[in-house]
Amino acid sequence: MKQFDYVRPATVKEAIAAAAQPGAAYLAAGTNLLDLMKGNVSRPDRLVDVTHLDGLDRIDRLGDGSLRIGTLVSNADLAHDVEFAKAYPAVAEALLSGASAQLRNAATVGGNLLQRTRCAYFYDTASRCNKREPGSGCDARDGENRTHAVLGWSESCIAMHPSDFCVPLVALDAIVEVEGRGGRREIPFDELHRLPGNTPERETVLEPGDLIVAVRLPAAARGFAAHARYLKVRERTSYAFAIVSAAAALRIENGKIADARLALGGVAAKPWRARPAEEVLKGVSPTADAFQEAAWRALTDAKPSGNNAYKIELARRIVARALTLAAAGTPARIPALPASPFASSGAIHA
Amino acid sequence: MNHSISLTVNGARRDFVLDDPRVTLLDLLRERLHLTGTKKGCDRGQCGACTIHVDGKRINSCLALAISHDGADILTIEGIARGDQLHPVQAAFIAHDGFQCGFCTPGQIMSAIGMMQEAQAGSDPERIRECMSGNLCRCGAYAGIVDAVLEAQAGADESNQRRSA
Repeated sequence: MKQFDYVRPATVKEAIAAAAQPGAAYLAAGTNLLDLMKGNVSRPDRLVDVTHLDGLDRIDRLGDGSLRIGTLVSNADLAHDVEFAKAYPAVAEALLSGASAQLRNAATVGGNLLQRTRCAYFYDTASRCNKREPGSGCDARDGENRTHAVLGWSESCIAMHPSDFCVPLVALDAIVEVEGRGGRREIPFDELHRLPGNTPERETVLEPGDLIVAVRLPAAARGFAAHARYLKVRERTSYAFAIVSAAAALRIENGKIADARLALGGVAAKPWRARPAEEVLKGVSPTADAFQEAAWRALTDAKPSGNNAYKIELARRIVARALTLAAAGTPARIPALPASPFASSGAIHA
Repeated sequence: MNHSISLTVNGARRDFVLDDPRVTLLDLLRERLHLTGTKKGCDRGQCGACTIHVDGKRINSCLALAISHDGADILTIEGIARGDQLHPVQAAFIAHDGFQCGFCTPGQIMSAIGMMQEAQAGSDPERIRECMSGNLCRCGAYAGIVDAVLEAQAGADESNQRRSA
């Protein structure tokens, strides 16, 4: 690990000033950053430790019915907050399907949003990677790429975003609150992460010094609580990243879908909101045919980036199944195996 | 630049001067305090052998910078027995052969104690397996580990009932 300067600011303002310098990086729990630093993948000159800042670890219900989650709230504390899990069950299920209990106890909200891809070539400093070393090339294109992106990828990068948490957040129109050199601003969740294009090293719209201080779920997100699920296929049932995942949330009134939200994980460099699929669901009955149609729409633009064409068909099936599970109703308790197709509770896809 | 930090480790306050901010909690415990019960397995947050409790919560000590945890309350495998009296989870691991080589065992035990405190799994073996998935055992002693946790959980439930009766 490269040597670095350690800075512990007393205020958000001090943190922003310290982190705006070239080579600086914010440190929260460090569960991803330290791993990357040990592998010399990330080589910051300065770590700005935000874990001692006051007021960033709270969950607040605001007057307008929205929920504000401080950036330092741990993944576990959020998922196990009873009121939170009741109001936003797909988010809680996604959180509990990610990483391990130890990592969830440490990992933070902000850190989860900004975690880096798990592409093996990004991690291997002997490989070419346009994200790690802009302009060097991409060894994933002709390498082991069966888990790589099938949507939104470019010739320069086919990596995928590994977060589970982000998938229901983008589906539910979460807002990211950012403090930066120019003051406070709000970023719609779908606009936080960038697609790779020719600059895969730029993963978000954040500028130097920008600090995510909170994530807000709007009041309307609670309206899906009765029919919201997260479903995730991985290579083992627990403690593994998604190959494909989906967050499905429905508002059902008088037997018809009044509103629908759908997002996919594991398919692109960002959590993938599937708006065309949502549109075909609005106003129709929650039937297998409607879910098949939605699944087809969600993957219209998908194309293999390597040896991963199977992910497109897998994603269609996961979308249809997640919608089926959501329509059947949110289970009273998150299944023993969160988000698993092998979970024993909840409806099984016909 | 030197950094001074203080930690409470197994109930005792310890002060340190770090001449390098790169030191993890794991390395601090093993190299500076010679508390070698906490194991360095993968050193990358994948195996759980380094599991300790920080402010009452189980975490991977290999992915925690010591300097960032200034003021924290640390509990390690060395801090759970009372003299010669084993912690009930330790005793249950012995009773149920919850290990073979023993390298992952301190992490397994600290993780199991943390899991019981989190109270999410109860006595459901499926939930226990899920909640313990951050601890790998290359000997494959998982069946014994789950049995040990089930027994420890049953014992804790029983003593809670006695206390509330």
